Amino acid sequence: MKLWLAVLIACAGCAVLKLAGFVVPARLLESAVARRILEALPVTLLSALISVSVFATGNHLMLDSRAAGLAVALILVAIRAPFLVVVVAACATAAGLHAL
Amino acid sequence: MSEPPHDEHQLTDGSRKAAERRIRNRALTIGFSVTPFGLSFGAVSVEAHLSLVQVCLLSLVLFSGASQFALVSIIGAGGSYFSAVGTALLLGVRNGLYGARINALLRPSGWRRFVMAAVTIDESTAMAVSEAPSGNAARAFWSTALCVYVLWNVSTVIGALVGNALGSPATTGLDVAGPAAFVALLAPRLTTLRMRMVALGSGLIALVTVPVVPVGAPILIGGLTAVALLLVFDR
Repeated sequence: MKLWLAVLIACAGCAVLKLAGFVVPARLLESAVARRILEALPVTLLSALISVSVFATGNHLMLDSRAAGLAVALILVAIRAPFLVVVVAACATAAGLHAL
Repeated sequence: MSEPPHDEHQLTDGSRKAAERRIRNRALTIGFSVTPFGLSFGAVSVEAHLSLVQVCLLSLVLFSGASQFALVSIIGAGGSYFSAVGTALLLGVRNGLYGARINALLRPSGWRRFVMAAVTIDESTAMAVSEAPSGNAARAFWSTALCVYVLWNVSTVIGALVGNALGSPATTGLDVAGPAAFVALLAPRLTTLRMRMVALGSGLIALVTVPVVPVGAPILIGGLTAVALLLVFDR
């Protein structure tokens, strides 16, 4: 029963959070400052997501095979490798090091 | 009305087709890269004693990998329901922030905004933002949302029914598929030194806070602080 409640509250809460961004009145999004913030936010949030998902596990910082995968991705992106090559090479690198 | 010159017409048609192909391929790549996590999520959830209906409900309705994993992992590890739900919600906050950007970019109206909100996640936002300069943000958003939604839900069911046949995403290296894809998608937006510094700063601030704040908070702290810094620099 408690488990059902947890599942339902999590579902409802996350749905409300997702919807929050879509009910902001359009005129609030028009100003120059708002535009700058909105354009930068996905970039900074995804950058933070990248670093946390590569260098952390829970509340602990970690340096493992994921870092090598990210390094390979950065190099391949810098030399303008195709998207699929970037993703596959990063995974192969991380998997290879993990298997060692 | 004058006809456009023949070769120019062909050129725009060709570049449109190329964009469509690029978006389709990237959406599929991202979709397939989430499947090991879906399998893993299904398996972990069953181990945490969630029923099949509960597992499927999470993937169908909550539909946000990080929040779902946090919820079932904490329950499975014997943590409190309060911290499980709290962490899931904290991880869900960034979807709301993405939503504001997607709303400004695509301007959905009526029922569309509900559907759009439901599938506004890291992957669909990254693709939409990446394709915004080419004018294909809507196609990129919907293609990615569809691929990830279908494959995430299918893999969740399989994972819940048969367990995780692939082993943990770490052994296949697929734990870096997301980060690698996001690096590739963000790169075109990081052409100025200032934006690179801001992105790097965001990542570093997030990492510094990892040991001291609850799971889920570092991403928000890094992302919001970096935007604040950007505004300060710009003044």
